[in-house]
Amino acid sequence: MANTLQFDLVSPERALASLQATAVQIPGADGDLTAMPGHSPLLTSLRPGVVTVQSDTGNKTYVVTGGFAEISAESISVIAETAHAGDDVKKTDLEDVLTNARTAADTAPAETKDAAEKFVADLVELMENME
Amino acid sequence: MPNLKDLKNRIESVKNTRKITKAMQMVAAAKLRRAQESAEQSRPYTERFNAVLGGLAASVGGSDSAPKLLSGTGKDDVHLLVIMTAERGLCGGFNSNIAKLGRARAQQLIAQGKTVKIVTVGKKGRDSIKRDLGEHFIGHVDLTEVKRVGYDNAQDIARDLLVRFDGEEFDVCTIFYSKFVNVVTQIPTAQQIIPASFDDAGEAGASTLYDYEPSEEAILADLLPRGVATQIFAALLENGASEQGSRMSAMDNATRNAGEMIDKLTIQYNRSRQAVITNELIEIISGAEAL
Repeated sequence: MANTLQFDLVSPERALASLQATAVQIPGADGDLTAMPGHSPLLTSLRPGVVTVQSDTGNKTYVVTGGFAEISAESISVIAETAHAGDDVKKTDLEDVLTNARTAADTAPAETKDAAEKFVADLVELMENME
Repeated sequence: MPNLKDLKNRIESVKNTRKITKAMQMVAAAKLRRAQESAEQSRPYTERFNAVLGGLAASVGGSDSAPKLLSGTGKDDVHLLVIMTAERGLCGGFNSNIAKLGRARAQQLIAQGKTVKIVTVGKKGRDSIKRDLGEHFIGHVDLTEVKRVGYDNAQDIARDLLVRFDGEEFDVCTIFYSKFVNVVTQIPTAQQIIPASFDDAGEAGASTLYDYEPSEEAILADLLPRGVATQIFAALLENGASEQGSRMSAMDNATRNAGEMIDKLTIQYNRSRQAVITNELIEIISGAEAL
């Protein structure tokens, strides 16, 4: 079995990354998970967080907010709502997202309120860890 | 016969027009390249998204618990038409072609006894649609201030549509936009986005058995609203490229026509000048002969 898997990160506005990775950590909706070659096929939605890609050429990080990931034995595609490369993402980039999320959470109907508030909490945690 | 001065002024003015149309053509060419690039860059996202969503829809779609966005409301009475045009004119038949397609569909639906509601995106379409179908008009999305269409804009439109859908304001939603083929060909297209239809996707996703986290239904419920935004975003980008392409060829034609006009006027100018000279010569010669 090959010891790398094809990693793709796409956002609506552009494709950010396409490379061979040895392991990828993604912030799944129900908890962080690491995908390595030979992972069983999995489709998971994402919470806001950091995607870490380990490859032969070193580690790369990307900040994503929402979206989903499709994992198979040979490849992993992260299909993110918004995504920034870890090095050039600034807190200010996410502040807009946070404000929007906050208003969404305040106005959300009861059945989706938990999810919206969790989204805000995840974002806040993410931003605190960024410094 | 117009005198020489008038002709000269006329030629000058057409030359200025040609300069403007030429400049507009070049600006459109540059913008077209950018629009095409952004359309290209969003394609991987759209393709993957639709593949996954198509696969999911195929496996969940048949069940009774399928979300309304996928299975529809079970009715077909109220149609929402989202007609997307440009904010600016001077781009050939671009705006009127889309508006024409939208209007034809609206009239066809009205003839079938359905209720039609119309939302427009872009100023040009709003103006022409409002004139004929004003009573069906329920909203407008203004993108005048937007320099470069982003996913945010698509999300805003999608959010608005979803709120209306949840409020049971309509059963079927169709978007109208222009598909970019090349600079001279843009095809006005109608695409149904609610309930979602996946004709071309599905094989890739359906062939693998996935584990789902959280559950299949939860993911599908999460993805479908995003699917609406994704389709609107793709349509906006196609529309942007089509608009610039259409403007480019319209301005190219205008520049060529101005050139032809200048040639014609110049010939006329030279002829009249020659006529004046000949006249003067005749006068001089006949004056000399008379002596």
